[in-house]
Amino acid sequence: MDSGANILLSSLVFSPLLAILIIAFIPSRRFGAIKQVGVLGTLLPLILAFWMFGAFNYDTSNLQFVERHDWISIPIGLAQTGTVFAFEINYELGVDGISMPLILLTAIIGTMAAVASWQIKKRLKEFFILFHLLLIGMLGVFAADNLFLFFIFFELTLVPMYFLVGIWGYGEREHAANKFLLYNGIGSGIMLLAFIMIFVVMRTLNIDQISAILTTPEHPVTAALTPAIRLGLFLALFVAFAIKLPVFPFHTWMLKVHVQAPPSIVMIHSGILLKMGAYGLLRMGIGFFPEQAYQFSTWLAVLGIINVLYGAVLAFVQKDLKMVLAYSSISHMGIVLLGFAAMNSIGFQGAMFQVVSHGFISALLFFLIGVIWDRTQTSMIDELGGLAKSMPFVSGIFLAGGMASLGLPGMSGFISEFFAFLGLFGRMPVLAAVGALGIVLTAVYLLRAILRTTFGPTPSRFTGLADAQPMEVIPMVVLLGFIILIGVYPAILGNPMQQALKTIVPIVTGIGG
Amino acid sequence: MDVKDIFSYDWSYLLPEFIILGFATILSLLDLFAGKRLGRQVIGWLSLVGVVLATVFVFVNVNVLDKPYSYMADMIRIDDYGNAFKLLFLGGTAFAILISLSYLKKGEVTHTGEYYYLMLTGLLGAMVMASSADLITLFVGLELLSLSSYVLVGLRKKSLQSNESAFKYVVSGGIATAVTLFGMSYVYGLTGTTHIYEISFRLAEAGMAGYQFLVYMAFAFLAVGLAFKISAAPNHMWAPDVYQGAPTPVTAFLAVVSKAAGFSLLFRVLLISFFNVNDGANRFFFQEGSLYLGLMAAASMIIGNTMALRQTNVKRMMAYSGIAQAGYLLVPFVPPTTLFFGEVIFYLFGYLLVSFGAFAVIMVVTREQGTEEIKGFAGLYHRSPIMAIAMSIFLLSLAGIPVTAGFFGKFYLFMGALAQENYWLAAIMIVTSVISYYYYFGIIRQMYMRPGTSEAPLAVPKGIWTLVFVLALLTVFFGAFPGLVTDYVQIHFNPSFDFGNMLPPNFQ
Repeated sequence: MDSGANILLSSLVFSPLLAILIIAFIPSRRFGAIKQVGVLGTLLPLILAFWMFGAFNYDTSNLQFVERHDWISIPIGLAQTGTVFAFEINYELGVDGISMPLILLTAIIGTMAAVASWQIKKRLKEFFILFHLLLIGMLGVFAADNLFLFFIFFELTLVPMYFLVGIWGYGEREHAANKFLLYNGIGSGIMLLAFIMIFVVMRTLNIDQISAILTTPEHPVTAALTPAIRLGLFLALFVAFAIKLPVFPFHTWMLKVHVQAPPSIVMIHSGILLKMGAYGLLRMGIGFFPEQAYQFSTWLAVLGIINVLYGAVLAFVQKDLKMVLAYSSISHMGIVLLGFAAMNSIGFQGAMFQVVSHGFISALLFFLIGVIWDRTQTSMIDELGGLAKSMPFVSGIFLAGGMASLGLPGMSGFISEFFAFLGLFGRMPVLAAVGALGIVLTAVYLLRAILRTTFGPTPSRFTGLADAQPMEVIPMVVLLGFIILIGVYPAILGNPMQQALKTIVPIVTGIGG
Repeated sequence: MDVKDIFSYDWSYLLPEFIILGFATILSLLDLFAGKRLGRQVIGWLSLVGVVLATVFVFVNVNVLDKPYSYMADMIRIDDYGNAFKLLFLGGTAFAILISLSYLKKGEVTHTGEYYYLMLTGLLGAMVMASSADLITLFVGLELLSLSSYVLVGLRKKSLQSNESAFKYVVSGGIATAVTLFGMSYVYGLTGTTHIYEISFRLAEAGMAGYQFLVYMAFAFLAVGLAFKISAAPNHMWAPDVYQGAPTPVTAFLAVVSKAAGFSLLFRVLLISFFNVNDGANRFFFQEGSLYLGLMAAASMIIGNTMALRQTNVKRMMAYSGIAQAGYLLVPFVPPTTLFFGEVIFYLFGYLLVSFGAFAVIMVVTREQGTEEIKGFAGLYHRSPIMAIAMSIFLLSLAGIPVTAGFFGKFYLFMGALAQENYWLAAIMIVTSVISYYYYFGIIRQMYMRPGTSEAPLAVPKGIWTLVFVLALLTVFFGAFPGLVTDYVQIHFNPSFDFGNMLPPNFQ
């Protein structure tokens, strides 16, 4: 591992700081300037992310752009052995084929969400400062190669999110913010518990090293861990990330946030923050404890099916467009679980494809709902209708997004669902068949929602609505472009992931034989 | 134990104490004879000079001392353990005086002169507590601090609430003192000495000789009595009333200096006295004794954090928060490891920064609003963004969210607890910390999300503004670089020798 000569990744993670500093010095009444800096500021991480994605070496599973600096070192004594050793927390960053696409996803959705924040009207200065702070946290989560650092970035997303929901949200924003805080606080607490336990046993916080040690059964440290402790740690990590993902029954907070947060923040929340749960589950849950994950995989599949079907059925009965999409997110996160449960390369690929694909799709759909709300001041399906007449462009994009979400071939949603179910059919055909019902249900609820809003008779008050403005067209076209790009050229995601998954899959499949 | 001629001691190590004593005496005389002509602000500034001077000499001691130096048969013992705590006391008192300098202008406290030198005598008491190895000097220090605090709490003579809380404080403090003394009498009865390093051996002998039950009784009484000063359960009930009634800088003084002093005393007395006691197979302190402290910790965390949820008065809420913090601080002693000293000092250091920052903001806001209700914070962000942001940083630190000193403090304690396989305490810490988010964020919610009664900019005294700003910066700085403090503690304070070299370097 080379040391701190390379600062590319740090520059990427902390690049939003530049925008924060500039915005901090702009008087808060200069709305225009703040908006411009707020949006342009996200271009810096975006450019860096693209550049790194281009410079990324697809042919290796090693971490790339690695950075390492000493940070905190404290001697610690252990009760059971009586030995003293240094407790070291280092500043360690690095990306592999799994985290690199997610960083790019974060940067893209970050920029699009910033554009979508164009219609924010109150307290713009604070909004963009918190927005960029949130961006630092999210980029850091995917770039961290150290559990402590991962935790800090993970928590760093918590505080700005609390404010962004609580100040700029809709009617019940404070309630939503509190619920978000408490649920995620518990999740973080459990995660911290597991991390420190791992540290106490492993004496390192480096994610790569921990994976290497834990997946080598002959290693003395690994051998000393009883199966019960491993299972406990795996379950702790699972619960911590399941709250974030969210897995039924830990999902209630997420519905509140989806409904109450402002559109641009929901884009980020649904597009990226939920993905931190999936990422953590793969990197730490399955990556650290493949054997336990394998034993647990049936339950993963069952939970996945519950998510898929529960989300789909409830999405069907919702009257609010936002609630439809919120439950749809729960349903789609179930597919991530199903992909993990497959415990093979194709399944994992499907899950990670789903993570990226759903990131783009949900960001697009929530952006569209924001646009519709902006014009009509409602998101109730019954009150809407016939929007296609006055807003043909928006309606068209909405339909396209819906198609991607229900998995139309040629779009990213298809690839991910196809891979996830293909992987699962190999191992649990019955469960996979049940889960596949979700695809049918998805088609039903999405088409119902989209058709009811865009077609049919137009209420008279919606006749003169303006179609998409230039600033709104950008996110729509860009996000849809990526959805189609992944759909027709999946190798762009598949190639980098494949090498990284090679480090996890053989171990997992090796256990299964 | 030979009694030497008093001139044969090197008294320079006691300079910090002498300075504080001297300043307290001179200032009280000055106050007495200068009459009305002398502005009482001067006394405040002079007392601050005294505190700073004493701090300098403590630092000198830290650098000069390579082994404990004791006076008169260990009546006073200058060692790293005490020095580390003294730095915290001095820092806390300095902050308290700084806040007071702009607080007392408004004439709420009529006896301003007394106010400052009572704080100095309280500080002196705390310093004596931290650096004595004899039950008698310990007790004298404890009483000096307590009596000063009783008066300080009641100094707002015309405020009914202040009177009431001072009265409650005296009564409950008196009871706690009696309980402590009762415990000490058991110890003396069993050992025939007041010197705690001798007690350590004789108590073990007494335990082996069949007086086990009495030894346990002594422990229980001492622990319960001393829990009062740190406002830990089961002796925490006074805190909400007293915190609420006392002038705000005094509340901060109680929350930090008095609590830290209580900790220094609790651990020196309990740990050393009961270190060698064993029940035949195991060491009592590391088994039953620390389990008892663990129960105290758990009860304090649970009571403090859940009761804080229901408070509408911000000072009462801080009192319950303080009870919870006392609970967290007890965790590293269950049972203590070589790390406990570093953990406690770091946590107290972080708590010092955060508490004074938070109380300074609370003071400004409550004074301006004329109410201590949490609602008074509504809309603070629009009136004074810096105050609101600083307060948010303090609250995040209290809640234990990175990157703040409070987060690392808690992380450190948490790690120690897990390394000791104390899963139940770790679990309680996690759950209660998450509960605490709710009430800490309650203030944040008021500041940013609720409309206030006015939009006019909040007038903040320059001194307070600077202090709050610096403390907020330090809270974040030491959250990002906690190593600076832990390294200093590690290099300059070697806790194992402070216990008279009796603890093996790696005691469990």
